[in-house]
Amino acid sequence: MSIATTAPPASITARAEAIRVEDLHKSFGPHEVLKGVSISAKEGDVVTLIGGSGSGKSTLLRCVNFLETPSSGRILIGGEEVRCRGDGTPADRRQIERIRQSLGMVFQQFNLWTHKTVLENLIEVPVHVLKKPKDEAIATARKLLDRVGLSAKENAYPAFLSGGQQQRAAIARALCMEPRAMLFDEPTSALDPELVGEVLAVIRSLADEGRTMLLVTHEMKFAREVSDHIVYLYNGLIEEEGPPDQLFGAPQSARLKQFLKSVS
Amino acid sequence: MESTFGLLALSPPGWGGTLLIALWASIRIAVGAFGIGLVIGLAGAYGKIYGGPVLRDCLSVYTTMVRALPELILILLLYFGLTDLLNRALMALDFGRIQISGVVAGIIVLGVVQGAYATEILRGAILAVPSGQIEAAKAMGMPARKVASRITLPTMLGLALPGLSNLWLIATKDTALMAIVGFNELTLATRQAASTTKAFFTFFIAAGLIYLVITLLSTWGFARLERWARRGDPPRQTGGR
Ligand SMILES: Nc1ncnc2c1ncn2[C@@H]1O[C@H](COP(=O)(O)OP(=O)(O)O)[C@@H](O)[C@H]1O
Ligand SMILES: [Mg+2]
Repeated sequence: MSIATTAPPASITARAEAIRVEDLHKSFGPHEVLKGVSISAKEGDVVTLIGGSGSGKSTLLRCVNFLETPSSGRILIGGEEVRCRGDGTPADRRQIERIRQSLGMVFQQFNLWTHKTVLENLIEVPVHVLKKPKDEAIATARKLLDRVGLSAKENAYPAFLSGGQQQRAAIARALCMEPRAMLFDEPTSALDPELVGEVLAVIRSLADEGRTMLLVTHEMKFAREVSDHIVYLYNGLIEEEGPPDQLFGAPQSARLKQFLKSVS
Repeated sequence: MESTFGLLALSPPGWGGTLLIALWASIRIAVGAFGIGLVIGLAGAYGKIYGGPVLRDCLSVYTTMVRALPELILILLLYFGLTDLLNRALMALDFGRIQISGVVAGIIVLGVVQGAYATEILRGAILAVPSGQIEAAKAMGMPARKVASRITLPTMLGLALPGLSNLWLIATKDTALMAIVGFNELTLATRQAASTTKAFFTFFIAAGLIYLVITLLSTWGFARLERWARRGDPPRQTGGR
């Protein structure tokens, strides 16, 4: 066996790993929701999680930024392992905060802060946590609002925006942190069908500029177009994974075939 | 009419000045007690929500006891009990007795009472903040203190203000209970003026009007504050029911 012929192309190995999850287990009381899941996203990768409701997609995403505390397993962000105590809780609050600042999370329910205007939402953490100069933060925020098409709404309160506008604002808020990677948890599932497209367009533009993303979605056509790698979760385990054309074009497992039939 | 104005004149033999000084004392007690109540309430609410079992039990004993006992009894108990306890401690340490000023005693005693109600009002309001608001802040790496001060508290303010507004009005009127320990606040001063001049009607109506004006001003102020706190609320559906 020659090593040269089996080594992956240099372009893949050269890219650093942005997110690595190893043998992740998570239980809520007696209920084991994740039963040993490993995933990896290199810089610039779009890794998409698909699977039925309750299969553990959100829990997996939330473990990556420690909104949930893993029961066991390792999580590495940019090669840095999150230090945990014996009981699995993070040992260093500061480290967790720093890692969260490097992961932009976008929620199904947008979760914009209701008592702040769109612009205030965007500059909140840069100004009040990262201590950036306010005018600098505002300039960055305006650029991002322009990018997601919300320049006219910077002084509006979230409740006065459509769902699609709120989600685009939430994406801009995450981008204000200049995150290393983005985490999307069903970003279009709470939207009226006619508003899904405008949000997907923004996410696609992020993928196109080479952003690292972990994406949970039920938009299979979109997932196939933007993803580098698809992971199909079933009942807390990876049932099947691979490049999108393989996974959607030639699914192997009976469960994945069944799942794809049910969502199409 | 002439005599009414004479009785209420600011300088003696009119009693107006005495009443205003007493009013000022009442307001200071109410503001101080409400402020202390808010501080206790905030700490109590967070303790009840996030504290350990021992802390939670202690807080429950506090809120239950204070809310169960009539305020008059609490005031007598706290006023005489606390000063007595304090003086015994000071004597034991070879310090002399001290006389606690009426305003300070009033603020502390009523503050402890207000704190119990504020704990429950703020606890309810904090729990009513949608969890997504807090998760978004945590997910962006906000430290817990910042989450509390910049997200949770401003969001729960609109929910807490109606209850807090009630509590403030109770504070203004509970100052009258300090008369029982001989503290010269508005109600006691009114009684003295009335019994000295025998013009009961004049003075009690005057005092009543003063309390009414305080209430109206407070209600207006709290309504403005609430409108500001709810500035991000969704537009109300109008018409229909
Ligand atoms: N905080 C929680 N407490 C208890 N059970 C939970 C909690 N969060 C999620 N679960 C359970 O974990 C399972 C997986 O949930 P989730 O990760 O949200 O699934 P998905 O996002 O794939 O629909 C579900 O059965 C859900 O009921
Ligand atoms: Mg989910």
